[in-house]
Amino acid sequence: MKLSRLRRYPLLPIAVLLAILFIPALFAEWLAPHDPYQSHLRNRLQPPVFWGGTWDFVLGTDRLGRCVLSRIMHGAQYALAISAVGIFVGAAIGTLLGLVAGYARGWTDIVVMRLVDISLALPSILLALAFAAAWGPSFEAVIIVVAFVLWAYFARQIRAEVLSIRERDFVARARVAGGSHARIVLLHILPNVVNTVVVMATLQVGVVILLEAALSFLGIGVPRPTPAWGLLVADGRWLVVSAWWISFFPGVAILLAVLSVNLLGDWLRDRLDPELIEV
Amino acid sequence: MRRFLAIRFLQALVALLAITLIVFGLTHLTGSPVDALLPDDASQAQIESLIRHWGLDRPLHEQYLAFLGNALQGDLGVSLKWRGYTAMEVVLQRLPATLKLGGLSVLLSIVVAIPLGVVAARHRGTMVDKSANVVALLGQSLPQFWLGIMLIWIFAVGLGWFPTSGQGGLPHMILPAIAMASFQVAALARLTRSAMLDSLRSEYVKLARLKGVPEYRIVWKHALRNAAIVPLTYFGLLAGSLLTGSVVIESVFSWPGTGLLSIEAIRGRDYPVVQAVVILFAVVFLLINYVVDALYALVDPRIRRA
Amino acid sequence: MTRPSRSTPLEETRGASASGELLLEVRDLRTHLDTKNGLVRAVDGVSFRLHSGETLGIIGESGSGKSMTVLSMLQVVPKPAARIVGGEVLYRGQNLLEKNEREMRRIRGREIAMILQDPQTSLNPVFTIGNQIVEALRLHRRDGGGKALVHRAVEALRQVRIAAPEERIRSYPHEMSGGMKQRAVGALAISCGPRIIVADEPTTSLDVTIQAQYLRLLRDLQRETGLAILFITHDFGIVAKLCRHLLVMYAGRVVEAGPVRAVFNNPAHPYTRALLGSVVRADTKAERLEAIAGQPPALWGLPSGCRFAPRCPHADDRCRKEYPPQLRVRDEASDHVASCWRLEESHGNR
Repeated sequence: MKLSRLRRYPLLPIAVLLAILFIPALFAEWLAPHDPYQSHLRNRLQPPVFWGGTWDFVLGTDRLGRCVLSRIMHGAQYALAISAVGIFVGAAIGTLLGLVAGYARGWTDIVVMRLVDISLALPSILLALAFAAAWGPSFEAVIIVVAFVLWAYFARQIRAEVLSIRERDFVARARVAGGSHARIVLLHILPNVVNTVVVMATLQVGVVILLEAALSFLGIGVPRPTPAWGLLVADGRWLVVSAWWISFFPGVAILLAVLSVNLLGDWLRDRLDPELIEV
Repeated sequence: MRRFLAIRFLQALVALLAITLIVFGLTHLTGSPVDALLPDDASQAQIESLIRHWGLDRPLHEQYLAFLGNALQGDLGVSLKWRGYTAMEVVLQRLPATLKLGGLSVLLSIVVAIPLGVVAARHRGTMVDKSANVVALLGQSLPQFWLGIMLIWIFAVGLGWFPTSGQGGLPHMILPAIAMASFQVAALARLTRSAMLDSLRSEYVKLARLKGVPEYRIVWKHALRNAAIVPLTYFGLLAGSLLTGSVVIESVFSWPGTGLLSIEAIRGRDYPVVQAVVILFAVVFLLINYVVDALYALVDPRIRRA
Repeated sequence: MTRPSRSTPLEETRGASASGELLLEVRDLRTHLDTKNGLVRAVDGVSFRLHSGETLGIIGESGSGKSMTVLSMLQVVPKPAARIVGGEVLYRGQNLLEKNEREMRRIRGREIAMILQDPQTSLNPVFTIGNQIVEALRLHRRDGGGKALVHRAVEALRQVRIAAPEERIRSYPHEMSGGMKQRAVGALAISCGPRIIVADEPTTSLDVTIQAQYLRLLRDLQRETGLAILFITHDFGIVAKLCRHLLVMYAGRVVEAGPVRAVFNNPAHPYTRALLGSVVRADTKAERLEAIAGQPPALWGLPSGCRFAPRCPHADDRCRKEYPPQLRVRDEASDHVASCWRLEESHGNR
């Protein structure tokens, strides 16, 4: 009885997500067996323990003798931080503009929606390239790219919902009662779109992790020598024949994190907001 | 139809203007454009000619207009890394390789994804459907660059079936095309499936059954023709992931296309070439979207009037 | 216009053909439906006969199993949720339920064609009208090449009184009005020369004047070709105009059947009476069934006795426990039957 109730929740994705992303990101300092930056020159290119290595370096070491496991654990911080901050900024801007456009309508709406169209018509990679070329790789540039990619999706969806919410009775009542526009938007409309924002944000985490990893891999994302997952894969790409573990395990971490986030997002969408269209 | 296409064309132009504005803005945000556009060892004469050519001594909006005017003529400056070539020449030289690889990966994703989605919808809830769903989920969660490296490791190095990297004929293109298609296959298959489910539930499918149409024709003709509209509209968006894919995958496989060029140019601080890549990619992307819109109107007769 | 005027239309249809060939005999048809809420007996022992040149009406509220009955006949029930679990569908002596999918495809469209409720959705939006008719012709009438088939399609459109059929054949569904689309669906149905047309509420989505025209068209087609029509509706007025016999369905069962005139003059089942009462009193189709107290029953967990009992003003304990057998109604028509315990009493009283 109890078990069947529990099974309604996506337990496995939650568990994987905790194990791969959240716990390492928050507690890597204590959990990681080694300093992710420290070279153990005598232990260079050690294989993982089940491949003939030692328990000292469970997932092996890289070219400079750095512990792969520790680097992956610290890399979770970057994946989580960039998704969290990037999505927050993108969602905040998008939601705000969506609220304003949907509520004010008229010219504001037209201008915002044209901006949305333009933004959606530009692939993220172009912005990333332009930024990287102009500024060089940086944490901030990745966040800006992420926010720039995401805001338009939020703005479009929230505006559509606000358009229908503002016609409902409680909004009319609030208006008759003499509430200011800001009050109506913040107190009466915003709470009704929170679900959508949460679901959309969750659905975007996977996309953002993949984007950040790809940019870092290309050397136009998070700068070296930080152990961002994409950079870890890049570190081992020329050694894949002799030391496959350097690239393999960070990639598995990305895959598992994105997969569980996607499963969780799908579940949340079915649960909270079945109306939301799949993009 | 004509009006629909005209509106779309205007929208594409506005988007293109926006990207030129961003590219232009970034050269100025990072200090003097002279630093960005000329090599460090440039002579005084070179600097002066650059200033005159791009109007750098004039107000900002005039500079932008000058930049736009030059860009319209395909003039985005000279390459700093590949001496003796203009930025546009360098990019255009690499474009065919990218189009070839991109084309193959699109072909691959259509050939795999549409049947996968159709069969999954037709046999909803069965093992076939569930396996297709797992494939789709994996495809949407796999980092393409990592998949590329793993493919090289397994199929090129381990099994020796394909060359590891570099340019060449079809054998060189197969692994990168697979890595590039992985994401599109997933997205397209999922979309096709859900569109097919709607379509198979429709009254016109019921009527087709009632007039004695065989099941395979109901699925592949009546239902798919309607369902195809949904993945088709999405294909424009997929073109974006295709561009990302070309940058990432060309880097992994050292495929000498525009995507790899953009990374080389960034490493070599060759800003004019980066500019040219970005603007050309934007043109390609908008063009693909425009063609998709036109196709969309062709497939769905209801759009033609709108 | 939906008032059951009992004079002219009935006389007309009765004159059409009183004794055609027996085309279709459905015996004790049963279809079950698996739903989230459990098993539903969507069709529960339905029997009827249909002769050539005849129009048989099936009337009932939505969810009464009318559509599921005809879909079961043709074996196009939604799979895998629905399955036909029993009965016989004898089409000219052959049991259709014993035929495989291949054989059934030759029956559908060719022998028994169907017109669905909503012309907006029942035509495929991405093919022209001509395409959709020619496709059916190509499947069933292999005689003649492409030109001949197109010519036939034009003829079919002409038969349903569509103006300029040579041009209309190139039209897409969205380029036509609702009424014209439904005519095109009619053309599709008659194009292969079927003996039976099943019309599933074909006029519900049309407005009133178009509705009248469409019914007239069906009647004319029937007179020209000797078609049998199975007409599904929830509108008594239409049945009165078009049909000679009718079945009243409730919750998957036939509760009353007989000649239209007999049922009208002497409705025996309380449900039929309520149905008729609401039509006569309200005089518009909008009021139809709301005049009956209570909701149509949820089809899962049906009462074990008479299914109408919870809404019936005359129900007693026996009604709630035992399903009533089909009993003859004592009036001038020999084939007027109904399933109601009250009928037994009236038998006894006489």
